[in-house]
Amino acid sequence: MFEVFGIPSQALFGQLLIGLINGSFYALLSLGLAVIFGMLNVINFAHGAQYMMGAFAAYLLLQYLGLNYWAALVVVPLLVGASGIVVERLFLQHVRKLDHLYGLILTFGLALVIEGFFRNQFGSSGEPYQVPDALQSGHNLGFMFLPNYRAWVIVFSLVVCFATWFAIERTRLGSYLRAATENPTLVRAFGINVPRMVMLTYGFGVGLAALAGVMAAPIYNVSPQMGSDIIIVVFAVVVIGGMGSILGAIITGFALGIIEGLTKVFFPEASSTVIFVIMAIVLLIRPAGLFGRTA
Amino acid sequence: MAAIADLRAKSARTGDARSLTVAFCIMVALLAVAPFVVYPIFLMQALCFALFACAFNLLIGYVGLLSFGHALFFGWASYLCAHAAKRWGFPPEAAVLFGTASAAVLGLIAGFLAIRRQGIYFAMITLALGQMMYFVALRAPFTGGEDGIQDVPRGRLFGLFDLSHERTMYVFVLVMVLAGFLFIYRVINSPFGEVLKAIRENEPRAISLGYKTERYKLVAFVLSATLAGLAGALKALVFQLASLTDVYWTMSGEVVLMTLVGGLGTIFGPVVGAFLIVAMETYLAQLGQWVLVIQGAIFVFCVLAFRRGIVGELAAALRIKL
Amino acid sequence: MKTAASLAFALAALMTTAAHAQNPIPVKIGVLTDMSSLYADDTGPGSVAAAKLAIHDFNPAAHNMKVDIVSADHQNKPDVGASIARQWYDTDHVDAVVDVPNSAVALAVSDVTRQKNKVFLVSGAASSDLTGPKCSPNTVHWAYDTWMLANGTGKSIVKTGGKTWFFLTADYAFGHALERDTTAVVEANGGKVVGHVNVPLNNQDFSSFLLQAQASKAQIIGLANAGGDTINAIKQGAEFGITKGGQHFAGLLIFIADIQALGLQAAQGLILTEPFYWDMNAGTRAWTKRWQADRQGKFPTTVQAGVYSATLHYLKAVAAVKSAADGKAVVDQMKKMPSDDPLFGKGEVRADGRAIHPAYLFQVKTPAESKYPGDDYILKATIPATEAFRPMKDDHCPLLTQ
Repeated sequence: MFEVFGIPSQALFGQLLIGLINGSFYALLSLGLAVIFGMLNVINFAHGAQYMMGAFAAYLLLQYLGLNYWAALVVVPLLVGASGIVVERLFLQHVRKLDHLYGLILTFGLALVIEGFFRNQFGSSGEPYQVPDALQSGHNLGFMFLPNYRAWVIVFSLVVCFATWFAIERTRLGSYLRAATENPTLVRAFGINVPRMVMLTYGFGVGLAALAGVMAAPIYNVSPQMGSDIIIVVFAVVVIGGMGSILGAIITGFALGIIEGLTKVFFPEASSTVIFVIMAIVLLIRPAGLFGRTA
Repeated sequence: MAAIADLRAKSARTGDARSLTVAFCIMVALLAVAPFVVYPIFLMQALCFALFACAFNLLIGYVGLLSFGHALFFGWASYLCAHAAKRWGFPPEAAVLFGTASAAVLGLIAGFLAIRRQGIYFAMITLALGQMMYFVALRAPFTGGEDGIQDVPRGRLFGLFDLSHERTMYVFVLVMVLAGFLFIYRVINSPFGEVLKAIRENEPRAISLGYKTERYKLVAFVLSATLAGLAGALKALVFQLASLTDVYWTMSGEVVLMTLVGGLGTIFGPVVGAFLIVAMETYLAQLGQWVLVIQGAIFVFCVLAFRRGIVGELAAALRIKL
Repeated sequence: MKTAASLAFALAALMTTAAHAQNPIPVKIGVLTDMSSLYADDTGPGSVAAAKLAIHDFNPAAHNMKVDIVSADHQNKPDVGASIARQWYDTDHVDAVVDVPNSAVALAVSDVTRQKNKVFLVSGAASSDLTGPKCSPNTVHWAYDTWMLANGTGKSIVKTGGKTWFFLTADYAFGHALERDTTAVVEANGGKVVGHVNVPLNNQDFSSFLLQAQASKAQIIGLANAGGDTINAIKQGAEFGITKGGQHFAGLLIFIADIQALGLQAAQGLILTEPFYWDMNAGTRAWTKRWQADRQGKFPTTVQAGVYSATLHYLKAVAAVKSAADGKAVVDQMKKMPSDDPLFGKGEVRADGRAIHPAYLFQVKTPAESKYPGDDYILKATIPATEAFRPMKDDHCPLLTQ
């Protein structure tokens, strides 16, 4: 047992692990944003609201259809992802040719509509959702008590992030996606249905947000505000990581979760601002973000 | 042929100037009469937001930079003006000046960080900076945290005019807002303004012509921040209160809404938009839960079908410049 | 001539009788609340429902009064709230503003109310400054305040064995005030505060702070925060096995709506103070049933009950004074009359504007102990009205020194 800056090593490792867990959420959410931005050149401000929809969908499925957490993990991303596809067809496809800013404003408006609607239906306090039975309780690791559910969050996020990265960077489908971003006309000329790919990509990004929502439901309060609370932090993460970079989003998400966790130990009052401060510093040194490519 | 084109351009400009002057006169006339008909506090609130929206519009409409963090300048100027008036006993003109000057300084710092990027990046950076300053405001002892700074004295303007009378206060606010409005108009229609428009149209070309675009953008940003600060400082005196809502990012969103609804890149658009949105919020307060949904729906509608905004559509229909 | 004279006579007679027939006293009540954001469940539409019940139960016709009600959403923004209140007083002839959650808004409204000599019946806001340094002859503070919460929860817990405390404090003025007040009470009653940590507002994840609380081994973890922060802290506390490890949470500002949001599985064992519980006695149960006609599936909170109680007492005072025009006179009457209603029992309004009534220490039931929806609390202790609120000598209220 040794001490680092006055904090016993046990506490430190505990906090690092917790930082990793928070980082999982940041990574999942910024991954979704990065995928959507990389492929559609749209800043999806509605990402937070879609995350919230995922959590609520899990609650509603449990409440009214008796579907448990594990079913929700599969069903909810599909459902919410489908709603994302509807959004893309109805709204986003019309603004893609315009300035980016219109996409931002449009998705911001959608976020307000979604949040307002949920507030109306469900009130603001939130709904209960419990940790699934199989993952209850936890293990005493010696330096801390680690709930099983939290361990699951880390593992599952890592798997999802890695799978997404692999799909986009290493498979043929992924290469079509990347090519379509750079030169949609040429890719169309090869017979690839680019609009459909774009639509499905948006749905996928939204599905990722919803997945994060389902995973958050047992541990964070399922309330209509949960999206707007987290979205700005995720934006900062994406800016730090570099807007178009998938790997950047994942790594930065986890890293910032850890840094935030450490700040909570040494200087808890600053833990809500530390990510923004880092963002300011990174922008001064590397304006394109850590992993970004200069536009 | 060149002479005719030249003449046409000239008459177009004088035609522009004519329509703008007429519109301005109409606006001033309406605002002069309004307090006799409409509740003055509501009008003053709308005026402050009109100036805020005009300041925001300077950046987005004429430079092409969408700032999602303008609440930073609005709210902090509001806090600092309130603090100066209440705790340091500044007379109103000094308090407003102090608030506005601090917004300028904040604008310089924020602009320096944000200008390095364009478009979406710029928007996100301003959003994040704004949110960071919200947390600072939350914790700083002088802001009073959730309570805000209450009981801000309005004082006597230049020692002569007692601003606790609503009509006197209204005249003060109206004069300041019109001054700000005219200042923005001068900036837009000056050589500096032309360079800004050139940067919006095609920045690489402007650079190739030898303009140091970064500097121009920074100056525009600081001007925009300063005027937003003026609006915030005035608002603190009108309501005699400065609170956290003024620095929260949703306030930044509101000013985007106002400008969008009124008409991006038009001169009168933000004023119309501000009045409309403030009216909507005041008179729809009974609807409570639906306000968010309505605001969001307006955003979506404007982006999809109504991009030019009210004033923009009006100007296009009448073929004049507004 | 004769016909004209008799006609004139008849007309005169008619007019005098008309003059003698009294016009009903007009009263307008404005429920200024949060309909759409954080406090919408604790107050919001439920407060409007409570106010309507109060008007109905008062029976204005029997007192020759005509009572109207309006409501608005201040969206948790002080300028919106203050401006609505001002407009209500100036142009809409509102005589009394009720509820107002969010202390910042309440302080602003209290000022405006004093300027216009109307009445402010605040039951939503927590700040004890409303009857302290910022007290006003036009303001009556009903239901709860930070002093009551700190004292009720703090003192009762220490007396029932919870001697060592660790605070999770929301890092802003309200959280600090709550921690400070509770610390004073804990230490004055023989307890000890072994540590605290400042948590940023609207923080989602409390795990690292909970770890620190666990490491401190304090018996009681005081939650000096509110709303979503409290809910998140408790929910994650359940995950980390805080209660299983023998520690208890003390919710310093928490309502039944929050318990419902948490679910009993997560909230069990939580200790809190409230002056109202829907299932307390037959009177509260009957009232709750009527309230639920408007708000199905929900349970009334202290704040909403406070709106009912305050409105009822106000209307009785207006009836006694026969006019709602002079706010200060009505409030003075409210202070003269003792209050009595099925929700809070017998109480009174003190000179500083503080309405006092008994408060109760509750513990949240386990899921097994709860037999029906809403059966959430066990009564642990009753705090009499005279002890539940800050003594007037500690108020620093300018009214009292006049």
